[in-house]
Amino acid sequence: MSNATKAEPNRRDILFLATGAAASVAAGAAVWPLIAQMNPDASTLALASTELDISAIPEGQIVTVKWRGKPVFVRHRTKQEIAAAQNVALAELPDPQTDAARVKKPEWLVVVGVCTHLGCIPTGFEGEFHGWFCPCHGSTYDTSGRIRSGPAPTNLEVPDYAFLSDTKIKIG
Amino acid sequence: MTGHSTYTPKSGFARWLERRLPIIGFIHESFVAYPVPKNLNYLWTFGAILSFMLVAQIVTGIVLAMHYTPETTLAFDSIEHIMRDVNWGWALRYAHANGASMFFLAVYIHIFRGMYYGSYKEPREVLWILGVVIFLLMMATGFLGYVLPWGQMSFWAATVITNLFTAIPYVGNSITTWLLGGYSVDNATLNRFFALHYLLPFVIVAVVGLHVWALHVTGQNNPTGVEVKDMKKETVPFTPYATLKDAVGLAVFVALFAWLTFFVPNYTGHPDNYIEANPLVTPPHIVPEWYFLPFYAILRAIPNKLIGVIALFASILIVAALPWLDTSKVRSGVYRPAFKKFYWGFVFVAVGLGYLGAQPAEGVYLVAARILMAYYFLHFLVVLPLLGKYEQTLPEPRSIAASLGQAATPEEKSHA
Amino acid sequence: MSWKSIVLAAALAGAAPALAEEGAHSQPKPPRQQWSFAGAFGGFDQGQLRRGLKVYREVCASCHSLSRVAFRNLAEKGGPELSVAQAKEIAESYKVKDGPNDAGDYFERPGRLSDRFPPPFANEQAARAAMNGAYPPDMSVLAKARGYSRGFPLFLADALPGFSYQEHGVDYIVALLEGYTDMPNGVELPPGQYYNVYMTGHRIGMPPPLSNGVVTYDDGAPQTVDQYAKDVSAFLMWTAEPHLEARKSIGLKVVGFLIVLSFLVYFTKRKIWSSVH
Repeated sequence: MSNATKAEPNRRDILFLATGAAASVAAGAAVWPLIAQMNPDASTLALASTELDISAIPEGQIVTVKWRGKPVFVRHRTKQEIAAAQNVALAELPDPQTDAARVKKPEWLVVVGVCTHLGCIPTGFEGEFHGWFCPCHGSTYDTSGRIRSGPAPTNLEVPDYAFLSDTKIKIG
Repeated sequence: MTGHSTYTPKSGFARWLERRLPIIGFIHESFVAYPVPKNLNYLWTFGAILSFMLVAQIVTGIVLAMHYTPETTLAFDSIEHIMRDVNWGWALRYAHANGASMFFLAVYIHIFRGMYYGSYKEPREVLWILGVVIFLLMMATGFLGYVLPWGQMSFWAATVITNLFTAIPYVGNSITTWLLGGYSVDNATLNRFFALHYLLPFVIVAVVGLHVWALHVTGQNNPTGVEVKDMKKETVPFTPYATLKDAVGLAVFVALFAWLTFFVPNYTGHPDNYIEANPLVTPPHIVPEWYFLPFYAILRAIPNKLIGVIALFASILIVAALPWLDTSKVRSGVYRPAFKKFYWGFVFVAVGLGYLGAQPAEGVYLVAARILMAYYFLHFLVVLPLLGKYEQTLPEPRSIAASLGQAATPEEKSHA
Repeated sequence: MSWKSIVLAAALAGAAPALAEEGAHSQPKPPRQQWSFAGAFGGFDQGQLRRGLKVYREVCASCHSLSRVAFRNLAEKGGPELSVAQAKEIAESYKVKDGPNDAGDYFERPGRLSDRFPPPFANEQAARAAMNGAYPPDMSVLAKARGYSRGFPLFLADALPGFSYQEHGVDYIVALLEGYTDMPNGVELPPGQYYNVYMTGHRIGMPPPLSNGVVTYDDGAPQTVDQYAKDVSAFLMWTAEPHLEARKSIGLKVVGFLIVLSFLVYFTKRKIWSSVH
């Protein structure tokens, strides 16, 4: 059997190239749904917001609500806690951010309750700054949810939220 | 048929690896240099098509398992969740469900091709029996998978098929209870069916490995049924020749598969399977998936429970005995004029049983099913053994090359 | 001649009377309707889906649940395509059970887009108790859960490109909704049962649900039983197969591409094999 075909190398090459390209496109298109199926499905995306009535949360209390499967801390801060959060020099903070940039109303702090180090849930009212203390690796947060000491690199995340009324917030 | 490896590693790394694990050489030998008879027709592309379908079913199946819940109160809902909310879920599920149909379509063509060209004959008996084992595993996997959506047909298919085992004398009921994990099809059953449905495809992969191994030992049969005599003249290397021919068959087959999946996705299904399983109500007509219908017709054609179940299993297992039931010295049906007639008669009977399996088991349908079933078994047990002894066959070509008209002697030409 | 012909003759001789016999005691085949979503190029008629939604809400919903359809679906592409605000308005018109709240109580609140249509009955037993023993089925996948066979050989054509017919279920629902006729002489039904030629056994627990003018359309479509039946059936086709439009449009691309690929591979194969003699 002979493999040599000298005739019209050009047309031959174009045909092989086109076939190879088309086969690759087909394979790629077939793989895409297999990958995309792992993204959040439509019902998960539809649940992406949570509403919360905050009228029942007394001053000095933290309420935890579930949002996208994660805890969100809603903290009704006392006067002292607000003052403590506001009177910090930015230079002292590992992740400098003013308290004003983290709240919509000073008495309400809303943060995602997941330590920015490796995802554990910090405990409230604990640690040197009486904000939160993460029991896993010892990160401490202040009453604005900002990282103050320990291995966590950034402040507790502030989710998208809005005050629907004075007593109702919508997270997400 | 495979000689010593013709593979010589080119790069330094390949040489290094080849001394330690000759995997590249093995792949080269099996799928590149492997000699393939020149005269194979497109029916021989179904081996590659089946390999593709096996991989496609495993891949879509694993992906569906990420969203499916094997629990009686949630299974049906999780399927609807896949169909409605999961990204591309509808496409994946329809591809998997119709993939099963296409898989069986391909395997039936593959089996009937083997039966026509005598591919089961010496020295390919083990290759053939491994094929029957794969077919049995496919049937088990298909059945287990059909139960998972937990629709009415799922539930009643599970009930009826597991009840086949109650026909076993003395221990039948205990075996069935053990299979079900309870006194009826319930959560325990669904859970284990899911586990087994996930397991069996990998067992199929292993047996397919043996099937391909056996194939590569004996080499492929070909339409003439005459073994390759001259490697140089009569074979071509697997790659690119067979790979491309397989690719043509595969592309057309997948286009058909896509038509089914995207345009008539529920054609092979049954509407009742969109009704959630109800253990208190049996649908008026229960039918299995189309690929089980011929065997189902045989089961119902016999008015005795135990004998019916035996006939059902016998109708499948008898296929494995073909190498010894067909006594003909001539391998390919091409040179057996009488065999050809009986062969097509058998095809008609198999399709006819499939049609009757979907009809109510009463009146003339039952009579017809009994006649066709009788022929089904007679074909194997009487026709093939006798035909081999008394049939007047045509002369086979001396070689594949001769059949292709190369170096054909005048004597051979006169037969054509 | 051989076995084959004998078997063939026997099978054919048997088939004809069997079909005739079957026809006598079963339902007639539903008439075939014209649907915008039939065929390879079909898609939903949004106006029709919106009318069907209205019929469902004003007529069917009092007994039939639609528990797999979420309000957000009403605003999605390939469906009735209401605006998000309209879908939200519909959601809020339903009371959805939620809870437990901080006091541990279950409570009712207005529906949200992410909620699914709440069922009219708490459970099957409640439905049967209220419905004279009948259980109105959930309608989410009803259009795929009903069907009929057109018999040999037409069922083969149902799968073929150009002839494909996949609307058995919706055709059946239309036929059923219009299939209430006067009882033939000699037939007696227990109280709470109605005569319907398309129902198995001709008896159905559902009283005729539609009558001319029961639902007011605001787009000028005729307010007739026939129109209502078709609109609500089309709507149910969408609830059963919400991705039908995407499926068909992607399918056209996939099948088209595979045909081109088949030709390319075929010509490549020919080129390669041209050197083999």
